[in-house]
Amino acid sequence: MDSIILQILNGLDKGSAYALIALGLTLIFGTLGVVNFAHGALFMIGAFCAVTLQRILNFSYETIDETKKDFLGNPLKVETPYVESWFGPEMGAGIIEWSVPLAILFCIPVMIAVGFAMERGLIKFFYKRTHADQILVTFGLAIVLQEIIKFYYGANPIPTPAPDALDGVINMGAIIGMDITYPIWRVVYFCFAAVIILGIFAFLQFTTFGMVVRAGMADRETVGILGINIDRRFTIMFGIAAAVAGLAGVMYTPINPPNYHMGMDFLVLSFVVVVVGGMGSLPGAVLAGFILGILESFASTAWATSLLPGINQVIIYLVAIIILLTRPRGLMGRKGVMEE
Amino acid sequence: MLGLNKQDTSLFLIVVAMTVLAPFFLNPFPSESSLALFNAGYPDLMQRFVIFGIFAIGFNILFGLTGYLSFGHAAFLGVGSYAAVWIFKLFTYNVIPAIVFSVIVAGAFALFIGYISLRRSGIYFSILTLAFAQMSFALAYSVLSNPNFNLTNGETGLQVYGDDLQIFHRENLPDFPHLFGLSMRANYELEIGSWLFNFSAGYYICAIIMIAAFYLAVRIFRSPFGTMLRAVKSNQTRMYYTGLNARPYTLAAFVVSGMYAGLAGGLMAAVDPLAGAERMQWTASGEVVLMTILGGTGTLIGPILGAGFIKYFENIFSKINDTILHGWFAFLPEGLENLMVAIVHPFIGKGWHLTLGILFMLVIIFLPGGLVEGGQRILNLLRRRNGQKSDADKSAQSTPAE
Repeated sequence: MDSIILQILNGLDKGSAYALIALGLTLIFGTLGVVNFAHGALFMIGAFCAVTLQRILNFSYETIDETKKDFLGNPLKVETPYVESWFGPEMGAGIIEWSVPLAILFCIPVMIAVGFAMERGLIKFFYKRTHADQILVTFGLAIVLQEIIKFYYGANPIPTPAPDALDGVINMGAIIGMDITYPIWRVVYFCFAAVIILGIFAFLQFTTFGMVVRAGMADRETVGILGINIDRRFTIMFGIAAAVAGLAGVMYTPINPPNYHMGMDFLVLSFVVVVVGGMGSLPGAVLAGFILGILESFASTAWATSLLPGINQVIIYLVAIIILLTRPRGLMGRKGVMEE
Repeated sequence: MLGLNKQDTSLFLIVVAMTVLAPFFLNPFPSESSLALFNAGYPDLMQRFVIFGIFAIGFNILFGLTGYLSFGHAAFLGVGSYAAVWIFKLFTYNVIPAIVFSVIVAGAFALFIGYISLRRSGIYFSILTLAFAQMSFALAYSVLSNPNFNLTNGETGLQVYGDDLQIFHRENLPDFPHLFGLSMRANYELEIGSWLFNFSAGYYICAIIMIAAFYLAVRIFRSPFGTMLRAVKSNQTRMYYTGLNARPYTLAAFVVSGMYAGLAGGLMAAVDPLAGAERMQWTASGEVVLMTILGGTGTLIGPILGAGFIKYFENIFSKINDTILHGWFAFLPEGLENLMVAIVHPFIGKGWHLTLGILFMLVIIFLPGGLVEGGQRILNLLRRRNGQKSDADKSAQSTPAE
């Protein structure tokens, strides 16, 4: 029982990442009708926002501390981050320690700007082209973004730890009388993902803006005829989708140190997630994200791998193949979306 | 000639001439000069040109004719490589059985994957092929290399060891893949003045196979079968309504293109008897997509040009470093020189993929027909300019007569 719950928990945090990326992909696909292969790159840029903020906060100046000597007897050089000198040593150290959560604030404007630039600068010209062209041009863009990141940050994973307060483990089972210890940050990640997903759904469901966007997703032309500038709203949705991917990336950094190809790694999987959930269906993307995450974690148990060796590596693809062949529209796909 | 029309014959002869004379015109610079960097006439690189040419020709039969974008073609390449190395391990270093076997295995594998994947089209087909390729990659990397049943040798890659069976191996035969005793590594160096030309057995064997593969592709393009595949691309629904079942045709195209990939994989193992799982990864599939599109999708010669272009510049760009750049920009004032080097620096050496990505995006945006379309546009432009001139001459001549 304990181990089952543990596996579900394990699946939830990976599933959250899949769900967030797939949600963004589906938002873009549902609104603009564009298949965005660069979405994984947006996830990666988000993660590197956290790295960048960490580096900015660690900008420091050198002072010579006359009271201390190093082992040769020379006065010791001390590096003090500017933040510490501005806010006082304790507060400054605290800010540096909390750089990953703070990066959320930093990431949102950056990602929205990146999203706008991408949509206005490139994607706009590809509405009328075939899906194959869209895939290919965004694939090219993904390569370019990934190589730029590699040029500036190097090829090695960069550790970005979570704040100490959130870095330990927590006994999740204490409430229900079981013994399940689990890293706090993963719980945080899951809660964060849930908040974002609920936020997006609430935004689409309960605001006028969201209503117009939903109307546009259902019938773009009619909404346009009614005198609403639907293109601008869709561009804003692209920015939001980029921000969602970026936030997923920021919060993922303590779980997995970011490197330049993490975007590509997640891209393939999240596309599979989108297809399993049903092209163009937002609830489908979220549901499929969590289901596949949990399935993957169950497939990695010793029991499953001894029964079917290698199942943990292929489970997601296997599920995708079965779903695609038996339920052509995916789990919750709508009629008429991407049908041949 | 050979059942080709005039235009195709000349294209075919151009390809033959290009491949046969490649050792000469890929080495246009004397081997001691500073421009020798741009020479590409050494066996290893030339072999890569033709092998990836075969791979791209095959991919083009599927993507160029039917419009089905497969993102998992590298799986067939990898399977072909494994099959060839197994033949080396078990039977003989002779390349003929290895290549034949790798084509058969890749074909069977493609039949299986294609039968399932072709039930869907569009992006779903891309995702299905991608899923299959990633599965093969993951399995080849991990499970299929367990001690009880070691099919792929995991991370190390499959290679031939001294204690392998090799039933038909004889003492007098080279300890390297060979064609009836002629080692793939055999190389004849011809020195003319300060030029050095390499004639490698491995290259010429691959080149002959590529010419044959190209000829077959031309025949497929011009056959009723090829026309049927083009009909699939332009309007599949209409084909269904006229009572034609398109699936057997697309499946045949998929298998043929899988066999081409297997052939390329087999040759890759033949010039270097080693097969690794990373050949199956989806980025490798992406590479052949890049080659085909960069060269020109649906054209005959495009994929070969694309493959050659990418492999050539990959090699050259990776070799250029800052010192060489400083040499090139030495004529500028020092500040400007350093600025130019700093600007170019991200695009060279390890930054080759950045250049490739940008180039690829530019081609997709501005030149959907690839290099071939670019060439045609330039030709048309020149022709039009000449045509206008002659028109102008005519009018100039005719006006005074009135």
